[in-house]
Amino acid sequence: MRKAFGGVQALDGLSLAVPAGSVLGLLGPNGSGKTTTVSILATLLRPDAGRAIVGGLDVVTQAARVRQVIGLAGQFAAVDPNLTGRENLRLIGRLSRIGRSQARVRADELLDSFGLSAAAGRLVRGYSGGMRRRLDVAAALLHRPAVLFLDEPTTGLDPESRFALWDCVRDLARSGTAVLLTTQYLDEADALADQVVIIAEGRVADTGAPAELKARFGTVVFSLDFGRPEAARAAHAALAASGYRPQRDGAGIQVRSATGSGELTSVLRALDGRAPDPVSVAVREPTLDDVFLSLTRGGEAA
Amino acid sequence: MSTTAIAPRQAAASRVTKASTTLTTALSDTASVAWRNLLTQLRTPQALVFATIQPVIFVLLFRYAFGGAIHVPGTNYVDFLMPGIFAQTVAFGAVGTAVGLSGDLRTGILVRFRALPMARIAVLGGRTVADLARNLLVVAVMIGVGFAAGFRSPRGAGGLLAALGLVIAFGYALSWGFASLGLRVSDPEAAQAAAVPVMFLLVFTSAAFVPSTAMPGWLQAFGTHQPVDALVNAERALILGGPAAHDVLISLAWSGGLLIVFALLAARNYARVGR
Repeated sequence: MRKAFGGVQALDGLSLAVPAGSVLGLLGPNGSGKTTTVSILATLLRPDAGRAIVGGLDVVTQAARVRQVIGLAGQFAAVDPNLTGRENLRLIGRLSRIGRSQARVRADELLDSFGLSAAAGRLVRGYSGGMRRRLDVAAALLHRPAVLFLDEPTTGLDPESRFALWDCVRDLARSGTAVLLTTQYLDEADALADQVVIIAEGRVADTGAPAELKARFGTVVFSLDFGRPEAARAAHAALAASGYRPQRDGAGIQVRSATGSGELTSVLRALDGRAPDPVSVAVREPTLDDVFLSLTRGGEAA
Repeated sequence: MSTTAIAPRQAAASRVTKASTTLTTALSDTASVAWRNLLTQLRTPQALVFATIQPVIFVLLFRYAFGGAIHVPGTNYVDFLMPGIFAQTVAFGAVGTAVGLSGDLRTGILVRFRALPMARIAVLGGRTVADLARNLLVVAVMIGVGFAAGFRSPRGAGGLLAALGLVIAFGYALSWGFASLGLRVSDPEAAQAAAVPVMFLLVFTSAAFVPSTAMPGWLQAFGTHQPVDALVNAERALILGGPAAHDVLISLAWSGGLLIVFALLAARNYARVGR
């Protein structure tokens, strides 16, 4: 898919696929095209070029029917703060074409399964952030969509609410829903996604299962803390000169290794005499953050 | 050319009922959205209260503070004033349509509506119908205030009701204009700031409060060729008496024309929501 806004190429030949019953995590820095992608797939935007098929239907030529099989929740879709939780769900149920009585039944079912039964009769403006977000996801599920779009569903949530929402997403995928999840939290993608697509500048930078991506990145990561950014900068230069691809973040340096923890000796040798000794050294497994940062920005970051 | 496929399975496609955009579903969706908007208005009564207080203050100001200095030949000033107040009430009330929609734009609920399989007309239809209901309520209050201030509707209830029909029709057409504005501004305060000066200009250059003959020629040229003036003249013909057909037709033509233009504009702006 391609999409430009003015002179800015938001999507530049992006391709992805989400099989039924699976979760695809769409990762990318701000402005990389995540929201544009979801907007096109949810029929809010037309692509300039390319095709998108959702639930077997073309999002441009069959947009009205696509809307019957999708649910959209997250950042930029909302519920009404001046209605109660139950009124919100009944309204959206009626507008989702499931009929008035079915809308009532589904609303109560969803309130129950999202732990909102007790708050169902209260105005949403009095809900906590976590409750509001759960209601938002529930509102996307009234017509049992085959495809669910979740745009940064847990941004700003406390850990408990996040985990509760994660369980809901897992259950949905298990019941056959195809879920497309955009997130800024890599641990969220790691926990939920069967496949991860990392996008940068409107293109797919890498794709694979979280475990594959991490394995491709390396077996271990050395995490060196130099205490001061200047020292880390010198270390970065020294390591780069020795053929490593270090990542610097403030006073810290991450170096990945394909061969294992034994390589630490040669990493430290590369620093010897060219940079101050690190304050601390840790050996850890790679995370999706490492993969993400190596793909979406160069080695040296501010 | 790249293809993006999500759950391309037959089951989903076959489960889809035939996309029906019949009049029945459009009406039922419009009713659902209108119900939601009315409920929302009842739960944030501040807006409703201010929408009523403003015209009440105008009645008091013009009837008692300025009225003594305004001389309109052949009629009581309060009988002359009230048609102007009715027009002003719906003109300023229509600003509420812009404020409401831009609020919906800001919270993101319009994006959710756009991704639902609902009739597309229902978001705007439901908003304007709810605002029409609010106009009916506020105009009813204004009739009460008018009677309390000495308004007697010289031609009786028939003329008054016909005049109010024109007022409500004009208010409805105007709502669509403000709907198209509200859809472009995701900040209710900005929507209000943009809308109010336009309404002031139209109301105060019309014959709503003073006869146009008291205005200089250049102002009359503008003031007597705009919809608020046409409405006020038609109302007065119906309420105070005199040949009404011509003025009524002009007012209806304005309202009908504005409704068509504004509805097209609003539909276009709605299609852009979320991009």
